[in-house]
Amino acid sequence: MNMNWFNRDIITIENFSREELEHLFNIADKYMNIKFKDSLKGKIIANLFLEPSTRTRVSFEVAAKRLGAEVVNVTGEYASIKKGESLYDTLKMLDSYCDLIIIRSPIEGSAQFAADICEHPVINAGDGTLNHPTQAMIDLYTIKNTFNRLDKLNIGVYGDLKYGRAVVSFILAISKYDNKIYAISPEQLKIRNEIKDELLNKGVKIEEFTNLEHVISELDVLYVTRLQKERFVDLAEYERVRGSYKLDLKSLEKSKPNMIVMHPLPRVEELTYELDSTSKQAYFRQAKFGIPLRMAILSLIFGVEV
Amino acid sequence: MEEYEMKVTKIKNGTVIDHIPAGKALSVLSLLELTGKEGYTIALVMNVKSRKLGIKDVVKVENLEINPNLLNRLALIAPEATINIIRDYKVYEKRKIALQDVVENILKCNNPTCISRQYNEPIISSFRVISKKPLKLKCNYCMRYLNESEVIEQIVERSKF
Ligand SMILES: [Zn+2]
Repeated sequence: MNMNWFNRDIITIENFSREELEHLFNIADKYMNIKFKDSLKGKIIANLFLEPSTRTRVSFEVAAKRLGAEVVNVTGEYASIKKGESLYDTLKMLDSYCDLIIIRSPIEGSAQFAADICEHPVINAGDGTLNHPTQAMIDLYTIKNTFNRLDKLNIGVYGDLKYGRAVVSFILAISKYDNKIYAISPEQLKIRNEIKDELLNKGVKIEEFTNLEHVISELDVLYVTRLQKERFVDLAEYERVRGSYKLDLKSLEKSKPNMIVMHPLPRVEELTYELDSTSKQAYFRQAKFGIPLRMAILSLIFGVEV
Repeated sequence: MEEYEMKVTKIKNGTVIDHIPAGKALSVLSLLELTGKEGYTIALVMNVKSRKLGIKDVVKVENLEINPNLLNRLALIAPEATINIIRDYKVYEKRKIALQDVVENILKCNNPTCISRQYNEPIISSFRVISKKPLKLKCNYCMRYLNESEVIEQIVERSKF
């Protein structure tokens, strides 16, 4: 049993050391080809999803079921919870019924709040624009799986770097290792100062750009996220920007042969389908790794062997 | 003898808060949770000439030795303030104020979708002080910054009667 992981809350990627992540990746390797184990038989996991997210919810559910756990899905919108009971009461109830709580919420800080009040471990499956730690773990695992290392890479992050919780978590995760980060985004969707200060304090090499074309030839990884219309104050600006934030074969022409394109999915229009069949496409693999990695997370938290 | 002492008589017992930035005396009362309804005699002198600050405010509260925990809050808007506890017309104790590392339940996070802002949840706001000069706080729930001018704005807004 790894005591660093046993019974642990997973709230933000920042709380995890490289050694702890390394251990996780080793366990995930072992789950790569395991279809079913009953090591979590008798455990009941609550999937509390307060905003729509099929992908992450299903991924957690499948991972739990492949380990023999039962899953209860509680879905709704935070707004409707508001009219009835508080998040606090919902969490208290789930905490008394279940052995672990997975929470997705549009409200920043929900997962920390949940961890503060629940006795059972809490996993953050995304809170507002803030954190998505398990996605970040999957992202790192994908890079490690591809390059056999997590450092000395040129990492491009592309799109909404201000509100995209997956990409922000990814930046915090990849900056634990010695890499160069190219932050490419429209002016109004640049990395928030809070995050940038944190990175600069840690001595992370990061540079900001607005144009992918200028840096594409230097990148080993290009992490793409979608632009969300609702984040733009000026819709005309959104219309202007969205066209230029589309990735197609042509925009990758000058990229390195071994460069990979990642995306937390779902995509809207920022990734053209023509990329799917190229060797640079890594996003389907990234999505697939979600299962062994989440199986590894669950088994580590419950302290069961592979 | 300082100028303000001619305007307000010395108190026998209580607390004198000196070197408050000019115009912030009402905010000081608000932070100390003094509304006037408690019945204490409170003297407020604004815009007194001061060597240290140019002009300053002074607050005197009679018959109350203000709790040090409350006094530490003053560091948010009056970091240079000096506190004298008066007993029998003499300075019995000089207290220093220090901003604590975590500021709870006084300020409001500026992010409307922060969990600490959801009125129906049993939760209090919590900020970590990441810089004292200039003042900069970070919400412990949503990690957003609250800067000095925003802190002052909130406190001043609250102290309007
Ligand atoms: Zn907040």
